[in-house]
Amino acid sequence: MTPMLEIAGLEKNFGDVQVLRSIDLKVARGELVFVIGPSGSGKSTMLRCCNRLEEPTSGSIFIDGRNIMNALSADLNRLRLQTGMVFQGFHLYPHMTVLKNVMLAQTKALKRPKAEAETRAMDMLGRVGLAHKAKAMPTELSGGQQQRVAIARALALDPKVMLFDEPTSALDPELVGSVLKVMKDLNAEGMTMVVVSHEMGFAREAADRVVFMDGGVVVEQGTPDQVFGNPQQDRTRAFLSRVTGAE
Amino acid sequence: MERFLEVFFAPQVFARYAPDVLYAMMTTLWLGLVIILAGIGLGLVLACLRTAQCWWLTLPIVIFADVMRALPPLVLILIFYFGLPGLGLTLSGPLVLFIVLTAVLAAFAEEIFWAGLTALTRGQWEAGRATGLSFFQTLIHVALPQAVRMGIPSLVNRALAITKMTALGSVIGVKEILAVSSSAQAMSGSATPLTMAALAYLAIFLPAVVLARWLERRFSWRV
Ligand SMILES: Nc1ncnc2c1ncn2[C@@H]1O[C@H](COP(=O)(O)OP(=O)(O)OP(=O)(O)O)[C@@H](O)[C@H]1O
Ligand SMILES: [Mg+2]
Repeated sequence: MTPMLEIAGLEKNFGDVQVLRSIDLKVARGELVFVIGPSGSGKSTMLRCCNRLEEPTSGSIFIDGRNIMNALSADLNRLRLQTGMVFQGFHLYPHMTVLKNVMLAQTKALKRPKAEAETRAMDMLGRVGLAHKAKAMPTELSGGQQQRVAIARALALDPKVMLFDEPTSALDPELVGSVLKVMKDLNAEGMTMVVVSHEMGFAREAADRVVFMDGGVVVEQGTPDQVFGNPQQDRTRAFLSRVTGAE
Repeated sequence: MERFLEVFFAPQVFARYAPDVLYAMMTTLWLGLVIILAGIGLGLVLACLRTAQCWWLTLPIVIFADVMRALPPLVLILIFYFGLPGLGLTLSGPLVLFIVLTAVLAAFAEEIFWAGLTALTRGQWEAGRATGLSFFQTLIHVALPQAVRMGIPSLVNRALAITKMTALGSVIGVKEILAVSSSAQAMSGSATPLTMAALAYLAIFLPAVVLARWLERRFSWRV
């Protein structure tokens, strides 16, 4: 079967600095791939290339078998509907209610009728446990609630892949669990997910595969048990001992 | 006290010129409204064009905004009214006043909207684009509403200041409040028409200031 997401020979330069050097990664349908690596290793950049929020310097990105690097700009807007992205900083629209946040792209990008978009938004908010906050403004919510709304906003567009860039890094520790639970449920229902995060406990529990990046390359990958329990590369060992040592 | 009343509130002068001043009030009012609408509208369009980030759009906009904000409006008004006819282009007083004040307000409004747009975090744009909205849709539905809200206090003050400048029309024969009442003052030899002018301005601007306060409160929201 074709992978849901395939990154092939991806390179990205910022000016003279090469941030990604020939990344290859396949993510199967329903798989949860967990990406770790030191700060500046290119994790966010790789994720952001997957919906061309960052323009790759070279390489291909296939979503469900379709190379999105060939898409022209109008097409690209449509293709971006297939990848949901969740940011570290939530980025809800502060001037709209929670419900409107989840409806906006449905009506404007997906061209769903308003009533249908609203029904769908309420479904998604229910799924992340926040249906009762539909009429609230984002600033009235806790960080964890805001992040769950952001997940609902992405899910409402029926994406094929969900990309998470450190979704819990900006949250108070006691709020992390609620977001991770939503993500676990989502994967259990069959969503394909790429998660950049430092929540190693979550990776052990929920990840199908762990990818370790350093210096713009994939250094090592395998099951959580393999990568955490028996890392093959020195760089992986050094990184893991640093992060677990710090905990 | 009697003398004071006689100078500033002479009843027969009041009665004589009340219709003229009322008529002039209407002139000031509609000129002000049209200038505010056109100036803010134009400023909004210019700020939007600037988001395209092509230098051949940005450069003229920045030059326009800086020149219009730097020059005293009266200088522009005189140039337009007395200078342009030399080039064979004669514009009426009200039209000159409209053009110049609209341009000045547009320059300030553009800067205010632009400041709001640049104050937005990149994440707001990225959230829009990542959910499949086009650049234009993100601008209209995500970025602009926030920029407008951020700009409302300065915008309101600027709009009031510009509307008051319609008084400059008195030097080019626009029959607005100040022109009408100062000619009435000259004719009657009484200061009462000037009192009437002050009352007329208050009648227009006091409600406007209250409305401005309400707008500011209505559109400020906790971040
Ligand atoms: N817009 C940009 N312009 C220039 N350099 C950039 C830009 N974005 C990222 N970089 C650089 O690219 C490198 C990789 O950044 P990236 O954000 O992908 O790393 P990361 O693995 O996500 O790190 P972190 O764990 O800190 O989020 C860094 O050295 C960063 O400074
Ligand atoms: Mg990052």
